[in-house]
Amino acid sequence: MEKIYSHPRSLRDLSTHYCPGCGHGLAHRLIAEVVDELGIRERVIAIAPVGCAVIAYDYWDFDCSEAAHGRALAVATGIKRVRPQNIVFTYQGDGDLAAIGTTETIHAANRGENVTVFFINNAVYGMTGGQMAPTTLLNQKTSTTPEGRNAQFQGYPLKISEMLALLPGVKYVERVALDSPQDIIKAKKAIKKALVNQMEGVGFSLVEMLSPCPTYWGLSPKASLDWIKNTMVKEFPLGVIK
Amino acid sequence: MTGNEAIAEGAIQAGCTFYAGYPITPQNELTAYMANHMQKSGGVFIQAEAELAAINMVFGAAAAGARAMTSSSSPGISLKQEGISYIAGAELPAVIANVMRGGPGLGNIAPAQSDYFQATRSGGHGDYHCLVLAPASVQESYDLTCLAFTLADKYRSPAIILSDGLLGQMMEPLLVRKEGKIELPAKPWALTGCTGRQANVVKSFYLKEGDLEKLNLKLQKKYKEIQQKEQRWEEFFLTDAKVALVAYGTMARIARSAVKVLREKGKKVGLLRPLTLWPFPKKAFTMPKKKYLVIEMSYGQMLEDVQLALCGKAGVEFLGRSGGGIPSEQEIIVKVNKIYHGKNI
Repeated sequence: MEKIYSHPRSLRDLSTHYCPGCGHGLAHRLIAEVVDELGIRERVIAIAPVGCAVIAYDYWDFDCSEAAHGRALAVATGIKRVRPQNIVFTYQGDGDLAAIGTTETIHAANRGENVTVFFINNAVYGMTGGQMAPTTLLNQKTSTTPEGRNAQFQGYPLKISEMLALLPGVKYVERVALDSPQDIIKAKKAIKKALVNQMEGVGFSLVEMLSPCPTYWGLSPKASLDWIKNTMVKEFPLGVIK
Repeated sequence: MTGNEAIAEGAIQAGCTFYAGYPITPQNELTAYMANHMQKSGGVFIQAEAELAAINMVFGAAAAGARAMTSSSSPGISLKQEGISYIAGAELPAVIANVMRGGPGLGNIAPAQSDYFQATRSGGHGDYHCLVLAPASVQESYDLTCLAFTLADKYRSPAIILSDGLLGQMMEPLLVRKEGKIELPAKPWALTGCTGRQANVVKSFYLKEGDLEKLNLKLQKKYKEIQQKEQRWEEFFLTDAKVALVAYGTMARIARSAVKVLREKGKKVGLLRPLTLWPFPKKAFTMPKKKYLVIEMSYGQMLEDVQLALCGKAGVEFLGRSGGGIPSEQEIIVKVNKIYHGKNI
C-alpha cells in the first residue's frame, strides 16, 4: 500500500508550546512538508523571529539562526550572500516584520535579495501579551488598545505586503489564510512557489499568512477561524498581490 | 595609505569575505576601500540601509561561517550595540572597527577616545566582553586587524578595532604581507545546510532554567582565558623610568614624542602603550615605585583600568581632553615636569 501522508522529516516529533488553536504549528508544518517535497532539507537555513515562534528552531530539523527582533532579513542577507547555494528563509510575525523591522524588510526587498519570507499576520503581539501590532484592525481590542484601535491615535492597519509589492526587487507576494482546509491547501502552494522561486533564482518572495491567535483575540479556536474568514480578510484580502 | 584603508586591506588579507557598512565620518575611506576591493577579491560588499542592518548582516555572514566585518564611528557604533551583544551571546566571530569621533550625542567629527568604556565594558546588554585592539599607526591598523580576525575565530567572540579619526585619516607607508591563501579554522557549528550532520542552530536564547547561566559561565571561563593569554602592550624607555606615561592609539604617538623630548633633557620618563584595551594589560603594571600619568583623548576612562591594575600601589595622575581638543606634546611635558619634581618622586 502506498503511504500518502506521514510526519514530515523536517519537523521534529515534539509537542509545541503554542496555545490551542494557534496558527504557528500549522505554518511550521506546511513549511516542513514543502521543504521535504522539494528535497531541500539539507540546503535550508531558516531564520527564526523574536515572538511566539522564537524557538521555531526547536521544531524544524534543519539549520536555523536566531535574529534580533526585526533583523531577520538583515541576517538572511548576510547568510544568503555568503552561501548563495543554500535556501534561506525568514519566518516573521507582524510586529517583527512590519514594525521594529520595517527598515530591514523594505531594504532587503528593495535590494531584491533572493530569499523567501514567511510572514505570519495574526494582528497582535502574541509573545508579550497581545499588544497592538501594526496589522491590528480598527476597533480591535488589544492590551494596549483597550477601547479598540482608533485611527485618530493609532493609525491604520499596515498593509506591508501591498507596499512591498510596489518595489521592483520584489518578485512574488501572496496573502493566504490558515482558516480552512481549502485555504491551507492554497497556503501550501504559495509556500512552495516562494521557495521554488528562490531555487530558480527569481528573487525576493513573500507569503503572508493570516493566522489565528485565539488567546489574544479572546475567541475560541473555531470563532478565531471564523473571524479570519469574516472580518480579517476584509482588511487583508487574500490572493496573489504580485 | 590611510589608517582607514589599512584596516580594510588588513581585513581582506585576513580572509574577510563579507563587509557591510553605513556612511559615517570619519571612517568613510574604509567603506569605500571595501566597495572597491572586496568584490575583486571574491568577497561581498553591501552598503547597508542602517547601522543595525549592517551589524545584523555581519551576524548572518558570521553564522554562515564567513570572516565578516563592519565598521563605523562612535554614534554608529552605539547603534550597533544590539547586534554586538547578540554576536557575543551566540558566540560568533566578527570584527567591528570603530574610528572614534567626539561625543556624546552627535558630537563632532574630530578624533576622540571617548568610547573606551563602551568598547571595554560590553557596550550592549548582558555580561560579555569584546576583544579590543588599539592601533597607533597605519601599519598597526593593518596588523591588528589581521590579528583581530584570528582572535575572533579562536575565541568565537566579537573583536573591536578601536581607532580614531586622526589615525583613520592620516597617511603612512604600509608593508602589506602577501601570505597567500589564509587557512581558516574549521567551523563545525556554522550554518551551511545540514548535509551529513545534525542540524545546527545559532542562537543566544536560553529559556530553560539554568541554561542561560551555563552559557554565561562558559563565557566567563573564556574571558578568563583571554585575560590570561592575550594581554598585549608595548614599552618605550620604561625600565628605568620614574614617570611612566600610559596612553594608546593616537594619544600614544604624542606621548612618545614627549618622552623623546624629556629623555633628551635627561628626564627618566617612559611610555607604556596598551595594544589590547580588553583584556587590559594589567601584567604590565609591575613597577609600583613609579608614578604613572594616564593620558587620554577622553576624561579618565582608561584611567580606571590603570587604577584597578595598580590597586593603590602607585600614584596615578591624569591628563585628558576630548570634544576636539587633544593633549599636546607641550601640555604633556608641563604635566610630567610637575610630577617629576613633585615630592613623591
